[in-house]
Amino acid sequence: MKMRKLFEWAVPATLIVASSLASAADTIKVGVLHSLSGTMAISETTLKDTVLMMIDEQNKKGGLLGKKLEAVVVDPASNWPLFAEKAAELLEKDKVAVVFGCWTSVSRKSVLPVFEKDNGLLFYPVQYEGEESSKNVIYTGAAPNQQAIPAVEYLMKDVGVKRWVLEGTDYVYPRTTNKILEAFLLQKGVKPEDIMINYTPFGFSDWTSEVTKIKAFGSAGKKTAVVSTINGDANVPFYKELGNQKISAEDIPVVAFSVGEEELSGLDAKPLVGHLAAWNYFMSIDTPANKSWIATWHTFTKNPKRTFNDPMEATVIGFSLWVKAVQKANSTDPEKVIAALPGLEVANLTGGIAKVLPNHHITKPVYIGEVRADGQFDVVWKTPGTVPGEAWSHYLPADKDIVADWVTLKCGNYNTATKVCSGQNYK
Amino acid sequence: MGCFATLARLTRGLTTVGVLAALLLAGNPPARADAAPDAAAPAPANLSAALAALPTADYPTKQTLIRQMGELHDPRVRAVLGALLEGHLYAGGEDGRVLISQDAEQGIVTDPLTGAASRVPPDSLTRIGVNNQLRKALRVALAQFDLSDPDAGKRLAAVHEMLRAVDADSLGLLRVRMAQEKSAAVKREIRAGLALADLDSSDADVRLAAVKTLSGSLNTDVYNRLSAMMQRSADGSFGESDERVRAAARVSLNTIDRQRSLYSMVQTLLFGLSQGSVLVLAAIGLAITFGVMGVINMAHGELMMLGAYTTYVVQQLMPQHIGASILVAIPAAFFVSGLAGVAIERGIVRHLYGRPLETLLATFGLSLILQQAVRDIFSANNRPVETPAWLAGSLDINEVLSITYNRLYIIVFTFALFLVLLAVLKRTRLGLEVRAVSQNRAMAKAMGIRTEWVDAMTFGLGSGIAGIAGVALSQLTNVGPNLGQSYIVDSFMVVVFGGVGNLWGTQLGGNALGIVNKVLEPYSGAVLAKIFVLVFLILFIQRRPRGLFPQRGRAAEG
Repeated sequence: MKMRKLFEWAVPATLIVASSLASAADTIKVGVLHSLSGTMAISETTLKDTVLMMIDEQNKKGGLLGKKLEAVVVDPASNWPLFAEKAAELLEKDKVAVVFGCWTSVSRKSVLPVFEKDNGLLFYPVQYEGEESSKNVIYTGAAPNQQAIPAVEYLMKDVGVKRWVLEGTDYVYPRTTNKILEAFLLQKGVKPEDIMINYTPFGFSDWTSEVTKIKAFGSAGKKTAVVSTINGDANVPFYKELGNQKISAEDIPVVAFSVGEEELSGLDAKPLVGHLAAWNYFMSIDTPANKSWIATWHTFTKNPKRTFNDPMEATVIGFSLWVKAVQKANSTDPEKVIAALPGLEVANLTGGIAKVLPNHHITKPVYIGEVRADGQFDVVWKTPGTVPGEAWSHYLPADKDIVADWVTLKCGNYNTATKVCSGQNYK
Repeated sequence: MGCFATLARLTRGLTTVGVLAALLLAGNPPARADAAPDAAAPAPANLSAALAALPTADYPTKQTLIRQMGELHDPRVRAVLGALLEGHLYAGGEDGRVLISQDAEQGIVTDPLTGAASRVPPDSLTRIGVNNQLRKALRVALAQFDLSDPDAGKRLAAVHEMLRAVDADSLGLLRVRMAQEKSAAVKREIRAGLALADLDSSDADVRLAAVKTLSGSLNTDVYNRLSAMMQRSADGSFGESDERVRAAARVSLNTIDRQRSLYSMVQTLLFGLSQGSVLVLAAIGLAITFGVMGVINMAHGELMMLGAYTTYVVQQLMPQHIGASILVAIPAAFFVSGLAGVAIERGIVRHLYGRPLETLLATFGLSLILQQAVRDIFSANNRPVETPAWLAGSLDINEVLSITYNRLYIIVFTFALFLVLLAVLKRTRLGLEVRAVSQNRAMAKAMGIRTEWVDAMTFGLGSGIAGIAGVALSQLTNVGPNLGQSYIVDSFMVVVFGGVGNLWGTQLGGNALGIVNKVLEPYSGAVLAKIFVLVFLILFIQRRPRGLFPQRGRAAEG
């Protein structure tokens, strides 16, 4: 199977090398910077496939500015310093017009200086902890106010949750998100003794005492919910342990920010039924645009069972935005494309509009879904419209005066109180 | 945002009005005549009215409808609510009626009102969705039907469900049941539930009696309620006004506190043993290849991974018998990993005896090859291994002490495996030869033992045990290419701590580390607990480089 894959890759790769020598000026190069090996390969490989599908679709429509698009795929192998090296290779050697890439926050932080130095353009498609806005990055995934905050508001208002467990894996995304959530909950009048924050290592599997602790915390007579930023593999034994200790979603619901269709396809979803996830897209949402994309995806991958998930939709949105910006600027020069991007609008797959904001984030709807036995989600709540992404959370006291604006202020970290622009590549 | 919220509220209001209208219109004629002037009583007069309102209702309205249907005490309600809970309730047909369908793909439906089966176009069916709050309301509403079930276990479960959300209606049903109930367990449960409700009574004597009834209970609700009675509010008054009731509550609370702390100690110990057993399980195969043979096998984790994948394959081959699949997987995994072990020994390790660094590098390379092989055959994604019903759930010893079955079985299974292994090494010819070769290879050879064959068999045995460990781990953690990596460090840690070459050391060392870890975890959190254990281990190895149970005598020198 791998041999065949290798072969499929090797042939076009040699063709690309051969043709790029002859006709380098005739194509627009699109960089794809996703891990195809190592621990993150599980999640990132599908994003590489999504970009390839988008390029394929665009070329069928006759390319862009009269030229064909050409993918340059590199493999940073889940190795954070290698991300920076590969990004430099894409920007300096291959001279790509745009890069679609990164998943983990640490990989994004690692490529950031490279993109800012070479003035490249990166579309980042994954939900993240915020507190950042770079001139050279468009964030098409959710900021905390587009995922975490609405999910907590739903639990507070519609489910009546009074006690909160913030359970996360020990790294930057959960720590920052929980910091914002804790500040938010305290502002909403939740008492400090009704919040329990807990971290476990990557790949944690012995959840007995942790779950017992949650159970004890949840049996104080007030409705309790778990807000989970547990990452990847550790989720399976966590949910299994919840099931074994007979904690059902009806008693203590768990709302997760990192568990989607792709993750559920690797496990038996029956014990998880009723647990929640907050995303900006669900594969089960019934709109014509969504149905037709899933069909295109299944044809492209030749696999009718492949799942489609939130970061993939964000990649699709990012690609469509880039195409529109290039057409508007009538150039692929990143400087001109970046200037053209704010204010552009494309339709997302669930019937809303994704608009690029001056802070380089986009507008997104927020959905809360309950896990079904087949590993898909039933939407039980959604925001009435779309929510604009906030780069800096105004719930954190240190950040409440900070704004990002690349149109008028030309700054990613501008303090409105002191009128000083600091960091995040200002000129 | 504010505008949206108002709009949403307005629409919700409109829906409620719509539902009310539907209720009024859909009721049978006499009911409508009665109900029309009395708009303040929105309860549906009968089942058909409630069903008509159900498809268009939003979640809060559905919840009201479910409660009202439960209060109708109509036997047909049971099928409707049961279907709603299972996701088998649809709106469809020509007139958008509510229908029950076990097989929506085929469009075979039953009318819940008449019980008549028919066939409708599958496309016309839309499933009526539920959420967590509704599922809870449904279970509570359904419980009343099980209250008169001939099976006492079902009655007990029903009482349990009903006590999750007590209201006047369910209390009335429970009081009626109490008078007829024969089973002592069910009676006890009802009495406790009624006593909990009586704590709200305005009569101090009733409250006192209730506190006395509840005195032996470890139920957390009881604990919360009694603590609330003892709490002083801002103006200095207690939650409970009557002095006698407070005194009784204080006595109860003290007893409960003592019992709770005792049981939580037992629980920590059990959790520690369970984590220790996992460590022992992962390490015990290594105790043979590393401990007895002295081979540093970095691919040990991958042999466990092979065992876990064998479990997955066995389950794919016998999807109808998940319960038995684990029992089949144990010998299968032993065989697969054992064969792989023999192949590793014959192919690589035997050429490198006496060169530990090269063995380490070669087996580490091999572990990467095995991981990649698994990625290519099964894909990089984790494989779902199902948990058989007999391994799921937990053994509830009382309200505060319970242990999950998978952990319990692993403690027992590890100990059994340990005993079998001990017997193999001490009581069989193979065991004798293994010990002879490990103690003095030249002498054993001179006595006519085929040392090469013994080496291969020993390595195969250790690897096979790793495979069995993999079967057990498939029930606890993710079955993926990285499974082995996450246990290899722990395995070496346990073997070195316990004393190289000593099975008892591995057993006791693993359990000791597990218990230390679990005792620390509640105070320091999981991340720090692990760090503390490692620091402790480093210090310990500094003091006693040969572990808990060092080998003595001539073998130790070789």
